[in-house]
Order: sequence, then structure tokens, then C-alpha cells
Amino acid sequence: MDWFLVLSSLIKISGFTFLVILPMVALCSLAERKVSAYIQDRVGPNRVGVPMTIFGAKKDFPLFGLIQPLADGLKFILKEDLTPKHVRKFYFWLAPVLTMVPALLTCAVIPFGSYLNIGGREVKMVIADLNVGPLFTFAIASLGVYGIVLAGWASNSKYPFLGGVRSSSQMISYEIALGLSVVPVLMVFQELNLGMIVEEQDRNGWLLLPLWGEGLSWQRWALLLPMGISFVVFTIAMFAETNRMPFDLPECETELVAGYHTEYSSMKFAMFFLGEYAAMIIGSGLIVTLFLGGWSIPFLPTAELAKTTWWMGLLHMGCFLTKVAAFIFFFMWVRWTLPRFRFDQLMRLGWVFFFELALANVFLTALILMIVKR
Amino acid sequence: MPQPLFYLFVAVMLGFGAAVVLLRNPVSSALSLVVSFAGLAALYVSLNAYFAGVLQVLVYAGAVMVLFLFIIMLMDIREEQRRKINKVAVVGGAALVVGFVVQLGGVLAGYEAGRKPLDRVPLQLAEAAEARRAVGNVSPGITADLERGTLPDTKLVGEALFTRYHLQLQMVGVLLLVATVGVIVISRREDRVVSGSGE
Repeated sequence: MDWFLVLSSLIKISGFTFLVILPMVALCSLAERKVSAYIQDRVGPNRVGVPMTIFGAKKDFPLFGLIQPLADGLKFILKEDLTPKHVRKFYFWLAPVLTMVPALLTCAVIPFGSYLNIGGREVKMVIADLNVGPLFTFAIASLGVYGIVLAGWASNSKYPFLGGVRSSSQMISYEIALGLSVVPVLMVFQELNLGMIVEEQDRNGWLLLPLWGEGLSWQRWALLLPMGISFVVFTIAMFAETNRMPFDLPECETELVAGYHTEYSSMKFAMFFLGEYAAMIIGSGLIVTLFLGGWSIPFLPTAELAKTTWWMGLLHMGCFLTKVAAFIFFFMWVRWTLPRFRFDQLMRLGWVFFFELALANVFLTALILMIVKR
Repeated sequence: MPQPLFYLFVAVMLGFGAAVVLLRNPVSSALSLVVSFAGLAALYVSLNAYFAGVLQVLVYAGAVMVLFLFIIMLMDIREEQRRKINKVAVVGGAALVVGFVVQLGGVLAGYEAGRKPLDRVPLQLAEAAEARRAVGNVSPGITADLERGTLPDTKLVGEALFTRYHLQLQMVGVLLLVATVGVIVISRREDRVVSGSGE
């Protein structure tokens, strides 16, 4: 057995999920408040820091409120964990787990860096280098519906149930637009391995920014229109899939109290919260990987350099995380700027507009590819 | 795949498959079927058929069963749980299972190629690539993948569907279209009757 492979895989799994995604979730909850405060012209949480007054000092050390997520986590753990009498207990406990696990599982195929040179060996910075990358993500993400549906059903009361029903119909509807909008992208790359898709973008320009390598050819520029349509449909469908504003109908507080997690409290509620943010982070990661070049640095094809030097691999990881963070900011920006849709508007938009647009886009891309290749 | 993992996934698949029939709560049955599908998907993956495995999860566990669960949740579950066991159906079902297993055993016992363990039959990717080059290199992407030493199962499925089986694929497509149109027609007609009687 190749112990190096086993060890590096274990480090990649634990490092990426527990030392990158989960702390990012915590930071996202702080960033969400800071961004909302900035957009609404407030200050936001800026007090929680190192509590120096406990040790007898005159003043606390505020650290711009960076310790806030830690305080939130402590609050969730210390709150009373209430299980109402009327719920179906087994499924009530199962639902939060089923929301969080798929959200974290999808990160397995996303390449979060190029190569890292460890002691002369090049290690690919992706947990599972599968040849079915995007399909795997969609498959696991489609399992995320169960958590929400079961939460709604197991709570055994009206508002959660309505929230669960809404969420499942919304997610099933937008899954179609999501899957179809990615087809043109795969047609252009002729590849289903996310790592190779990023390497191709590293050599020949990002899908949406073909400014170097072969990207400067008119063939690639002719494909910009269908790729742009794909990007818009994919991003909007991703908003709907992750139940983010303006599509957060399953937990729409003006109509459904808190939607599917109305009956949940303490850490079980926190699991829904974590799952939702993890899904948002990984959704951003997928968009960045497919359309915005993943870990690649603009204008500089550096994949080969990363195989021989150790610092380029780290730089690529930093580049990926920066892009993801920028996209997360976009998610938050939209949330605090746009009003919520009505449910019938949401369904009509999904079925009548995005579905047809994504389907037509497949044919448009095929047509352009046929003309370009000749 | 190491043998313990194979037995683990087989146990998951068969155990939860049995739970589908044995459990009284329809929601539990539906979810057991989902777990059973996950075990099946793992077995596909162990045979290098990543595409089939992912589709098993994406289509059956992720889409079909969600709709099933959706419908079950709208039913009255207590009534389902009170329903008495039909003895004739139980005996008939058990007999059917035994008959099927005997039949399957007979077929598998007669399959000579199956006697070789899977790990003694390596994938001959380089040879396959050469053979493809010899007949004119129809899909260069597949050949390139084979030469790199990876099995392009998704691309092979795609190639087979859109060249060899394209007529059958289109027939299935038309069939699905007919079913979809049929559903819309049926639901429309009922709608008109209801609104007509209301006026």
C-alpha cells in the first residue's frame, strides 16, 4: 500500500473540509453581518475580541469583532436544545445531519490548488480526482433536498411542512436549469474532469476572460456569448439551489415564520446554518472553477512551475480562495440588495425562462462550435 | 476495491433493500431505498463505472426518490401503518424472491468468464487506444484519455449512445415527450371541468 498517497489524501480531506471550509463558514457568518451593515450604513459587530477585562485590564481588545463567530458558536452550544413533543423524533434528528453532510461532501472534487511539491513528489490539490466532476457535485447536492424535506415533515407542524414542500419543488425545478446550463461549458472543454478544465483555462485563458494563450483566437471570442448565458443561468440557479436571497422562499419569515427549521433550536439549528453556508461556499467554488479559471493566475500560465517549486502551489491555493471569497461577497451583496421573489414568480422564472434559455444555449453552442471547427 | 468494502456495500444494499419491504412506515421505506441505491452506486464505482454510479445517485436517489418522498408525505401515514398484512402476498413474494435467486444462481454458475477474480483482469487501456487509432481515431478525446491511462467511461457511454444507439435514444426521447404531453393534457382537462362547474 502506498502510504504517501493515503497520508496525503487524509491530510487533504481533513485540511480542506475542517481547516478551510468550516472556518470559512464561521467567517462568512461574520462577513454577512459586516457586509449587511456596510450596505445598510451601519457599523456591524465590532466589539467581540480578547476579553482583557477578565484579567483585570482596563480595556478589552476588540480586534474589529473578529472573535464574533467564536462567541456565536459558544452561544449555539450553550442554548437549550428543545425537542418538541409532537415531532417524529428519529427523522427530526436525522434531518440536520442530512443537510450538512452532502454540503461538505461536494467539496471532494473541487480542485482548490494545482500541485504541491512535497519532497520531490507532486501532489494534486484535489481530494478525489474523478472523471465525472460536475456530475458528482450535482448528484451529491441533489441529496441535500432530503435534509430540508425531512426537517419539514418530521417537525409535524404547518409552517415547517410548507417550507419543506417549497424547498423541494424549488430545488428540483432549478436543478434542471443548473444541469443544462453547464452542458455548453462541457461541450467547449470536451472534458468532465474539473482539474483538467482548470489546467486548460490556465493555459488558454479563463472561460469568461480569454485574454492569453489560445484564448486570443476569434474562435474563443465567438463562444463568449453562449458562455456568458451559461454563467448567468448557472449562477442564478445556484442561488436558488442554495436557498439564498432572493430565492430563500423555504424560510421566508414573513410568510412561514422560519420555514423548515422553525421547530429547531441550539446546535441542530446551527447544523442547518452551517450546511447552508457550506453549500454557498462550495457553489462559489464550482462557479469559480468552471468559469473563472479556478486556481489559475490571470495572464500567467503557471501550472508547470507549480510542479517543480513549492511556493507556486501555495500561491495557486491563495488565488483560488481569493476568487471564492470575492464570489461569496457577491452572494452577500445580492442578498442585502434585492427583494425576495414571490413563489409563483420563482417557479415561472425557473420553468418558463431559465429552462428554455439553457436549452437554447446548448443548441447555440453546438452551432457555433460546428461553424468554428470547420 | 478491497474485499471488505465490497461486502460492506453489498450488506448495505441488501439490508436496506429488505428494510424497504419490512418497515411499516412508508417514509422509512422510501429512505431505505435511497440508502440501498447509494450502496449500488458504490458497487458501480468499484467496477470503474463512475458514470453509472453517479447517475444512479443523481437520477434515482436525487430526483426520482425525492418525488416519491414528496408524494408519500402528503399521504396519511397512520392509515398505512394500521393496514393488515396480506398473508397470500407475503408467501407469494417470498416464493418469487427464492425463485429469482435460484434462477440467478443458475445463470451465474454457467458463466465461465466470471470465475476469474477481477483484479487478475487488468484494464488494457494502451491496447484499446492502439486499436482505436488503427480504425481511424474517430473520437480523439477518448483515445487521448486511454493513452493517459484513465478509463473515459463517460465519453464511451456518450459515443455509444450517439453513434451506435442513436435511433433507440431518439425513440426513448419521443416516448418521454409523449408521456410529458399526456400528463399535461390529462391535468389540463380536469382543470377545465373544475373551473367550468364553478361558474
